[in-house]
Amino acid sequence: MALDRWIALAFIALVCVYGYAAFFTMDDSLPPILRRNPIWPSTFPKILTILGLIVGLVVLFTPKPKSNAAPKDGAIDLTRLGDYHIWQALALLVLMVAYALTLRPLGFVGSTIGFLVLGSVLLGERRFHILLPVAGIAVGAIWYLVQEVLGIFLRPWPAMFM
Amino acid sequence: MLEGLLIGLSAAISPFNLMMVVMGCLIGTLIGMLPGLGPMSIIAIMIPVAIGIGDPTAALILLSGVYYGAIFGGSTSSILLNAPGVAGTVASSFDGYPMARKGQAGKALTIAAIASFAGGTIGAVLLMIFAPALSSVALLFHSAEYFALMVVGLSAIAAFAGTGQVAKALMMTILGLILGTVGEGALSNMPRFTFGMMELQSGFSFITLAMAMFALPEALFLVMNPARAATGDSGKIDNLRISKDEAKSIAPVIGRQSVQGFFIGVLPGAGATIASFLGYAVERNIATKEEQAEFGKGSIKGLAAPETANNAACTGSFVPLLTLGIPGSGTTAILLGALLALNVTPGPRLMTDTPDVFWAVIISMYIGNLVLLILNLPLIPYIAKILTIPRSFLIPFILFFTLMGSYLGQNNSTELLILVGFGVVATILRFADYPLAPLLIGFILGTMLEDNFARAMQLYRGFGFILERPMTLGLLVLAALLVLLPSFRTYRARKRAEGVADGD
Repeated sequence: MALDRWIALAFIALVCVYGYAAFFTMDDSLPPILRRNPIWPSTFPKILTILGLIVGLVVLFTPKPKSNAAPKDGAIDLTRLGDYHIWQALALLVLMVAYALTLRPLGFVGSTIGFLVLGSVLLGERRFHILLPVAGIAVGAIWYLVQEVLGIFLRPWPAMFM
Repeated sequence: MLEGLLIGLSAAISPFNLMMVVMGCLIGTLIGMLPGLGPMSIIAIMIPVAIGIGDPTAALILLSGVYYGAIFGGSTSSILLNAPGVAGTVASSFDGYPMARKGQAGKALTIAAIASFAGGTIGAVLLMIFAPALSSVALLFHSAEYFALMVVGLSAIAAFAGTGQVAKALMMTILGLILGTVGEGALSNMPRFTFGMMELQSGFSFITLAMAMFALPEALFLVMNPARAATGDSGKIDNLRISKDEAKSIAPVIGRQSVQGFFIGVLPGAGATIASFLGYAVERNIATKEEQAEFGKGSIKGLAAPETANNAACTGSFVPLLTLGIPGSGTTAILLGALLALNVTPGPRLMTDTPDVFWAVIISMYIGNLVLLILNLPLIPYIAKILTIPRSFLIPFILFFTLMGSYLGQNNSTELLILVGFGVVATILRFADYPLAPLLIGFILGTMLEDNFARAMQLYRGFGFILERPMTLGLLVLAALLVLLPSFRTYRARKRAEGVADGD
């Protein structure tokens, strides 16, 4: 089964969960006075559930048209997934999660420099004498812009220092 | 209209707003040049900055500057590297790249800039004429019509998604609508589908979703497939001049394509990409035999046509946004989200309630186009240097900006985890060739759609409004036709291909 069908299947599953909540659990907490309303908070989700199921099933069961179009230049060809730098991409995703988790405890400066440097190293950069100053200057400039110009508080140092 | 123009002029000419136009155009050009990063990603990245400014006029001016800059930057990489940064500039590479190969890169860039300028400016004039007329009609609309109009918009976006894609686009639209229902609704303040999580109480943030749908997958694709980012020598760019004869030959092309591009841009879902391809095809068909042979080998007409059309279409796509409050493309959907965050509700009342915003945007379109022509063009040889920045530097920065953008919106690091989660889903969806713009448009329109639907239901005590208001019924029928006709045609074509008679 092609990937797009799997996605359609996952979508149908999602709609089923959503629809279950809309049809069976949501209305229980509705105050009696609101029940006299022609529209309930669950009305729109119910309509979406029905439409979603129809469209999902259409995508799932429509035979795929034979495409003669040449693959687009630079597009990702799923059959050659192994040839791509998929591990680099996954590692970057992990790094992003790590950044999300360390932003508060480590402070903006530390976690951001870490993210930029590790990200570049992951992609094969080894010129640390360029990398470190670039990351440092960028972090300083962005912190200043966010904190001073935009006026959004961004804790620069680890929590224990500030 | 003259009064409005003066209001806009006085707002847009302020030094701060002028700076915003210049900054927006430059940033847009710089980032738009990077292959793979389209205007949607760039605008999504710039939104926190725009919201941080706080003044809706300045913010919208900045964002539209970024939009124009991105389209222009995309043409630059199309011409120099044959690596379009934006789908709307793919057609520009057909003739632009051969010209650059022949050593006429400078000339090609000049033609692109002039065509963009003319397309954008003529588009702005048309916008100025049509938007007020359309919004005076739109003032007659009730919530029932708004509801129906949004349904038409959403189905048109799906219908224009391309053959075999209609059902997929619809699926993405519905997914967007579903995501839009998460959180507290305006209807009853009852949290819906939050599964008890506090973070979801106010729903998903649209900036996070926009970043996750566009910027993140693009960056990941650049990592996975280095061929996409054809970095390298941008060549020598000199001799930006074009001759009088050349100017004369592209003038009619520019005239025709400005108008055609604008009206294609107004249609929901069509947008710059279709306008540029159609513009190219039309100009090739009406050219003389000798000129036709030139197309694809470095014809100046073949470059001017898509360049004019895509800029005019960008301007055209502002019409439904500013007059009806309904975005017709992913980019304008992101702009709509930014406006809502700034407490400006685009729609027919925009012109009467906040005329300064409306007219300042139009004026800034002229200024933006002028900035692109007189500031960016001479700077292009230097700006093009950005194409030589190694990928290993660029990608961590792009990722960092997406993270920062969604963090600043909410000041909450859970948002970053949501971003990564949605980003992974979006990347998988991109692998399977699902269009993502409908998802975002559905998400942004979802709340408004439900509000108008609820209001109509309450006014008419049920579904009666569909039958009692002929215009609503008409629009809903149109929406159904828009979705069903392409599907029906695909079905017929398939039957015919299989050699089975289909009974008529």
